[in-house]
Amino acid sequence: MGKSATTKDAQALFHSLRSAYAATPTNLKIIDLYVMFAVVTALIQVVYMAIVGSFPFNSFLSGVLSCVGTAVLAVCLRIQVNKENKEFKDLPPERAFADFVLCNLVLHLVIMNFLG
Amino acid sequence: MAASEDAKASSLRYAFGNVIAFFILLLIGILAFSIRLFSVIKYESVIHEFDPYFNYRVTQYLTKNGIYDFWNWFDDRTWYPLGRVIGGTVYPGLTLTAGTLWWILNSLNIPLSVETVCVFTAPIFSANAAWATYLLTKEVKGTGAGLTAAVLLAMVPSYISRSVAGSYDNEAVAIFALIFTFYLYIKTLNTGSLFYATLNAIAYFYMVCSWGGYTFIINLIPMHVLLCIVTGRYSSRLYIAYAPLVVLGTLLAALVPVVGFNAVMTSEHFASFLVFIIINVVALVYYIKGILSPKMFKVAVTLVISVGLVVCVAVIAVLIALVASSPTMGWSGRSLSLLDPTYASKYIPIIASVSEHQPPTWPSYFMDINVLAFLVPAGIIACFSPLSDASSFVVLYIATSVYFSGVMVRLMLVFAPAACITSGIALSAAFDVFTRSIKFQLPGLSGNSPIDAGDTSSGSVVAQNETVKTEKKEDPGKERPSRKTEKNEDLSKERHSRKNKKKEKENVEKISVKPQEEKRLLVLPLEASVIAIFLLVLLGAFYVVHCVWAAAEAYSAPSIVLTSHSHDGLHVFDDFREAYAWLRHNTEVDDKVASWWDYGYQTTAMANRTVIVDNNTWNNTHIATVGTAMSSPEKPAWEIFNSLDVKYVLVVFGGLVGYPSDDINKFLWMVRIGGGVFPHIKEPDYLRDGQYRIDSEATPTMLNCLMYKLSYYRFVETDGKGFDRVRQTEIGKKYFKLTHFEEVFTTHHWMVRIYKLKPPKNRLRGKTKKSKAKATATTSSKRSVSRKNPWH
Repeated sequence: MGKSATTKDAQALFHSLRSAYAATPTNLKIIDLYVMFAVVTALIQVVYMAIVGSFPFNSFLSGVLSCVGTAVLAVCLRIQVNKENKEFKDLPPERAFADFVLCNLVLHLVIMNFLG
Repeated sequence: MAASEDAKASSLRYAFGNVIAFFILLLIGILAFSIRLFSVIKYESVIHEFDPYFNYRVTQYLTKNGIYDFWNWFDDRTWYPLGRVIGGTVYPGLTLTAGTLWWILNSLNIPLSVETVCVFTAPIFSANAAWATYLLTKEVKGTGAGLTAAVLLAMVPSYISRSVAGSYDNEAVAIFALIFTFYLYIKTLNTGSLFYATLNAIAYFYMVCSWGGYTFIINLIPMHVLLCIVTGRYSSRLYIAYAPLVVLGTLLAALVPVVGFNAVMTSEHFASFLVFIIINVVALVYYIKGILSPKMFKVAVTLVISVGLVVCVAVIAVLIALVASSPTMGWSGRSLSLLDPTYASKYIPIIASVSEHQPPTWPSYFMDINVLAFLVPAGIIACFSPLSDASSFVVLYIATSVYFSGVMVRLMLVFAPAACITSGIALSAAFDVFTRSIKFQLPGLSGNSPIDAGDTSSGSVVAQNETVKTEKKEDPGKERPSRKTEKNEDLSKERHSRKNKKKEKENVEKISVKPQEEKRLLVLPLEASVIAIFLLVLLGAFYVVHCVWAAAEAYSAPSIVLTSHSHDGLHVFDDFREAYAWLRHNTEVDDKVASWWDYGYQTTAMANRTVIVDNNTWNNTHIATVGTAMSSPEKPAWEIFNSLDVKYVLVVFGGLVGYPSDDINKFLWMVRIGGGVFPHIKEPDYLRDGQYRIDSEATPTMLNCLMYKLSYYRFVETDGKGFDRVRQTEIGKKYFKLTHFEEVFTTHHWMVRIYKLKPPKNRLRGKTKKSKAKATATTSSKRSVSRKNPWH
């Protein structure tokens, strides 16, 4: 009995999550897709490292951290661009995007240096 | 019309305040720079101490050979025969900063020498640190607190001690980098701007380049984030402030060769990764909470917890297994000695022997931060009203830095900026209250009715007036328009302050108690406020007097030149440089010099000779070899030194003039460190009844060891009795000859004595072939000291 209640709960939860997420605007969904892509790429790299070994370690680090870094930055961009966020209503989305690009530039500069 | 006049007047006052603040900051910078110049005025523009000489030599190499050679430099003039990889073991921030300064000045055709730039780097960066403190405290509490904190930091003796002109050490730029990184973190936290987050990461990179103390930042900031999450102050600005810093910061830290992969593999950084995971989870939870209804959110929570708990436990078990597999659990020796203060004395005598790593005494707190010691608690309380993210950070910073300063006296330096910030907040708040009380109660400004003065009893009225006044002081332009619209018709032609008071009066009469959102503020009696302000100014005067005295007398000694005041004036002891100059001019370029590790950097920098061990102390066995040689009798010591190709031995001896930091006083550490690696050296052999003596009651092992002989050779010729001024006794063995060493140079005051190894005899009288074979075997094996024991 508990199990069916749990599964019913899980299904209801899943349903409500889906309907709530469908309501988000398209630009935020694009950013979410980008975050997903970055995280999946990082996971693929970790699995690859587990298979073939971690030499050269600096390349592995820079690869994984570049994916994680750009995911984090995209999440920050999403936070700043989200219209429901009261704290950032004075921030023009162009400024948020410019900050995002600048930070990514610095990140990838460091990555290229560390890649070896 | 009146409105625009008021607004213009207030913006004029605002602009005037800004201009004054700018000039005050300029003066603070000049003060910070000039208070550190005492040693240059009293002695000369020379580099102090020991470590700065190494940094100076590295900077010389950088300016002469360029950055690529510097990055790949392998130094063979030190740690003979091992050498040292400079590029990979030095924190390059300081050298690169000074090198860049020199390069910029030279390309502008200002021909300053490298030495001058190195000597004055520290005062310049302490001015920068004062400005950074202003910026940081302004973010926390406002401009007044910022200026007070900046002026306190410009003069605090703890910081002066490590950044006088001539103290060319890592902390000179590292403290500026520390404060600046914290400022950018707080700024990002307050504004939520990704631009400042990027700048924060770059400032953190500069800090990693400069000092090993960067681990303090990368542990304090995660602690603060965790504190904010746990106390319910999570906001998206926190995520923006922390998450990019972790990723970018780890990458940038891994870029610096000294840190390398330690940035992801040592326990010092694990806290940041753990909190990174936590903050991502928290952000996700808040996001889901935002898009779900409360009922569904509860369901989600129960589901996730049951599943997630299992996964969490598995991951934590793996992590613990990994960490526990290394004996120190992934921490480095220095960090462990910070967490467990008794660790170093039990396991790593070298760390324990450095005088800077001892715990501080109570008086040293008062000496180093003086008046701030009792302003700090007041500042902590002021941080709690109101508590914001930034002020909680300041409280956490000061709590952790107080603990660490209690472990090692060297870390008082990290405590000093925190003390200045909190004291600045406290002082500024105190001044605020008192000046407000005075301004409110001064008869000229009280308006033309006694009702106001009489109304001090009714608290709400006072509160209103006070809040109006503070609003006026802090937001001159904001509140005015709303009030103007109500009272415009009544205020035609009155003086500015009168006008405001009249407005308040009419506010009081017509709109009795308006609910104000500011809290009620108290007003103190006029006389008490005046006396209190006077006393605070007196306190500041005491602080200034103490700081200037400390800077002039206590912390400006270059320690390479010593002075003493005698009845016939100032006496200068320049023995160290005399000895290094003798070495430089009277020995071959490839000759190796052996001494205790304290003098290694100075010998390589000034005498330009290869040394065996120096202040880097990275190889304990090598140091133990030299320590064993100093503790052994002459022949075994000769054999050890010969196996290391040593030509000259240098000892520092203070017995003639009373210089207390000589090698005989450090000798027990040589015995301990040597005994830690070579067990035939036992410390009790050198002590008589547990006491360290060098007089006639000393043990025979002590009287026969090389250090004793090299220090006291021919000492009896100075005054006929051999009275050692430091140990305050006559020496034990007075008349002896050296068989394996010959004295080549003793400085003017007998402070540095240089001996040469005598070449082995050609003919051994009366010895059989067996000992001859042993002698040839010893002289031919140059690097076997670690494999076989040549003196058995």
